Amino acid sequence: MIEIEGVTKIFGVGAEAFTALDDVSVTIDANEFFTLLGPSGCGKTTLLRVIAGFIDPTRGRVTLDGNNLLNQPPYARPVNTVFQSYALFPHMTVAQNIAFGLEMLGKPGSEVTSTVDEMLALVRMTEMADRKTSQISGGQQQRVALARALAPRPKVLLLDEPLSALDFKLRKDMQLELKRLQSETGITFIFVTHDQDEALTMSNRIAVMNEGRIRQIGGPRDIYDHPAERFVADFIGDTNFLDVELLKVEGEQAHIRLPSGSEVVARAAQGGGRTGGEVTVAIRPEHARMDEAEGALFQGALSNVVYVGTDTHYHIDLDSGGQFIVRQQNQPDQRHERQVGERVGVNFGAGIGQILKD
Amino acid sequence: MTDLSAARNRRDRNTRWLLLTPAMLVLLFAASGPLLIVLVYSFLTPGDYGGVEWQFSLQAWTNVLAERDIFTDEWQLADAHLTVLWRSIKLSFMTAVLAFIFGFPTAYFIATRPPRQRDIYMLLIMIPFWTNLLIRTFAIMELIRNQGTVNTLLIAMGVIDEPIQMLFTEFSLLLGMTYVYLPLMILPIYASMERFDFSLVEAGYDLYATRLQVLRKIIFPLVKPGVVAGSILVFVPCLGAYVTPRVLGGGKQLMLGNLIELQFGQLRNWPLGAALSLTLLVIVMIALLFYVRAVGREGETNV
Amino acid sequence: MSKGGFDVRRQTGFTTVAVFCFVVLYLPIILLVLYSFNAGESIAIWEGFSWRWYVSAWENERVQAATVRSVVVALSASLIATSSAVLAALATTRTRPWRGQTLAFALINQPLMVPEIVTAVALLIFFALVKVWTGYTGLAYLIIAHSAFCLPFAYMPIRARLQGMDLSLEQAGADLYGTPFKVFRRITLPQLWPGILAGAMLAFVISLDDVVITEFVKSAGQDTLPTYMLGQLRRVITPEINAISSALLAISVMLVIGFFFLSRTPK
Repeated sequence: MIEIEGVTKIFGVGAEAFTALDDVSVTIDANEFFTLLGPSGCGKTTLLRVIAGFIDPTRGRVTLDGNNLLNQPPYARPVNTVFQSYALFPHMTVAQNIAFGLEMLGKPGSEVTSTVDEMLALVRMTEMADRKTSQISGGQQQRVALARALAPRPKVLLLDEPLSALDFKLRKDMQLELKRLQSETGITFIFVTHDQDEALTMSNRIAVMNEGRIRQIGGPRDIYDHPAERFVADFIGDTNFLDVELLKVEGEQAHIRLPSGSEVVARAAQGGGRTGGEVTVAIRPEHARMDEAEGALFQGALSNVVYVGTDTHYHIDLDSGGQFIVRQQNQPDQRHERQVGERVGVNFGAGIGQILKD
Repeated sequence: MTDLSAARNRRDRNTRWLLLTPAMLVLLFAASGPLLIVLVYSFLTPGDYGGVEWQFSLQAWTNVLAERDIFTDEWQLADAHLTVLWRSIKLSFMTAVLAFIFGFPTAYFIATRPPRQRDIYMLLIMIPFWTNLLIRTFAIMELIRNQGTVNTLLIAMGVIDEPIQMLFTEFSLLLGMTYVYLPLMILPIYASMERFDFSLVEAGYDLYATRLQVLRKIIFPLVKPGVVAGSILVFVPCLGAYVTPRVLGGGKQLMLGNLIELQFGQLRNWPLGAALSLTLLVIVMIALLFYVRAVGREGETNV
Repeated sequence: MSKGGFDVRRQTGFTTVAVFCFVVLYLPIILLVLYSFNAGESIAIWEGFSWRWYVSAWENERVQAATVRSVVVALSASLIATSSAVLAALATTRTRPWRGQTLAFALINQPLMVPEIVTAVALLIFFALVKVWTGYTGLAYLIIAHSAFCLPFAYMPIRARLQGMDLSLEQAGADLYGTPFKVFRRITLPQLWPGILAGAMLAFVISLDDVVITEFVKSAGQDTLPTYMLGQLRRVITPEINAISSALLAISVMLVIGFFFLSRTPK
């Protein structure tokens, strides 16, 4: 279990000071696949490097199973990293790369050999053992980097955007491969990415970061369906935002009035928030339905129809101002096409809208 | 800052100094340190048989530009020194101009070859540059001396009866220094041309420019930092040249370097030699300041 | 670009000048080497091929002594310069930026900026003092002087190599339980070798070719090959000088070509 408490990192001094991490606290459980998700510059890589030992935090504590990590140099921490660039040693073979950490730990030769073989098998690279790292493909390099970091059996594996250099198809395969390795080895994975798909596909839990702070922590479904604030809703997936009036809050249920005057039940903001007045509600495009104008929650004019293969996106100019997008899956027996300019209505069920904290 | 980073900083600092110590010792003992002693010596009185008397004197510095007439005891400009100084600056400047005239088209030629060929051409430029300066000066000397290749050839062809005196003239210095320092002009010009985007030239032609106009208005302004750098890189070592004027000038065409050597040899005036050295150093430093500014500007435009 | 089309890169006359430059750069050197094989005593009239000047240079005791001295000085100086340059390059690339960095950098590069003649004079004065104090007049003065001006030449390719190296490799080494020294030996050094070799070769060439500083620093009877050749200027010039020059040239050219291929960035 990794406990991170109040970690702050300020680079530079005076006017040029830049706060990369701002009072970050999070607890990561053993055997967890934990993802740090955020745009570039949000501090996710800095946090990873603090755990690895390449950056000293300005303030804060980092412990692993109760032991303080911060007073140990990187080479004494039972934590290994898969680098974004893989950082495979170019003057060594695949097998020598994987053996490196074990040799540094002073493991006996027989154990080194057997562990290397085991790791090669684990990442399906046994035939490539004696190749130079420059003679294998990007995806293979990726797997060697993984095997090298897993070989010393670290308590925690840190992965710094390891899939970003791979092409789309390979990336999809590696996502599943990583998930498999994590469950087979039982090692805690801390995974850094800016790619929401990766995060949603692999993680047990995700921490969404922005501007040096953690904005929300939760399971993939939680984060996607129930974003806590505007940044999270906006960063992950597409979202419609509606300014509404909050009438009353009963536990998780929030009664709101839409600009059209219709009233509907939405989900209250995560961790409390306001109990009345103007709030923003987030609705995923695929969670709303486009219907006839008559009797719908609110109405507008269809301004654009975008066909994207699996789905069709309907852009609707609302009568109350602003735009709303509805996404509907395409069926082979699509009944009738909507025309641009047609008046339509939008409906969504109770508890679908999510009230945001900000 | 936590205690932790403070400790790490301290460790960092110690490692750094440990690593730097050998290099710094060598340099302090055989490069920087001795320079300070030159400064001290320039304020002392010359000894009778070389060396110095430990007595403060400003004479050496006055003597750089002025001398006392032996008969009338009046101060007058030191013509001999001024001649040498003027010749040094004049020849260095002319060398830089000549090197530019020949170096610019050569750098352009190399930069417009396919990438693989460029490396080979640059190696061809680098080889003479890194080979012995004395030997290259010898090679020029053997070419132009009275019994040398050129004169022998011309006489054999019946063009001339008597050898033309080329050695020990300012011409021979100019020829020798241009020959020896030409690579220093080509290297930086090539460096800035290699990054030159030739689609700009296409745009120029597209907008009705002639070849000469493209050269003057598009190519030259963009590689100018390289030209400035090259000119300074040629000018500076010419100013301090010693071997080339000694071999090709034969004691008749002194440059600053030879004048300085004379003070430590035949003339036995170490303080004057020290003062002249520092004068040379100051001129060179001023030229290098221009260089740093030129290169700095080049760096900015490439960001 | 299609053949016969409009070549945007062409500038009238430039190719001619370039070809002229290449010819002029090499012609004097080629003639110099050619006449080292001259059977006659002239350096302008060809009288047939012969090894006689190489033989006479080889048998000349002063040339022998100067050659040995040149090699001893160049080897020692390049060894000292290269090893201290490796450490200095580590200090200037592998620790956090620090305040004295510019100063250290200026010191290392000082021999490149200060005219040789000025350094030579400074060393003449300083070593004259030291010689009086210590009474020692051996080769060490030449070696330390050469080490100093070879240092920046050794430093440049090593530093370039260190800067071009992927820092994450060393971090990966530390991450995989390598202590700083082990990481240096197992990760940094193996990749640094080409740079070190290139630096040492450059330092060796620079030391071997030096005239000015050696001329001022040497004590009586401490001629290196270049200062010996300079001293021969006052005499009648025979192709023996050409023979010595050609031999020196051959060594330099080989080392420079070696340096060129070592310092090329690996693709």
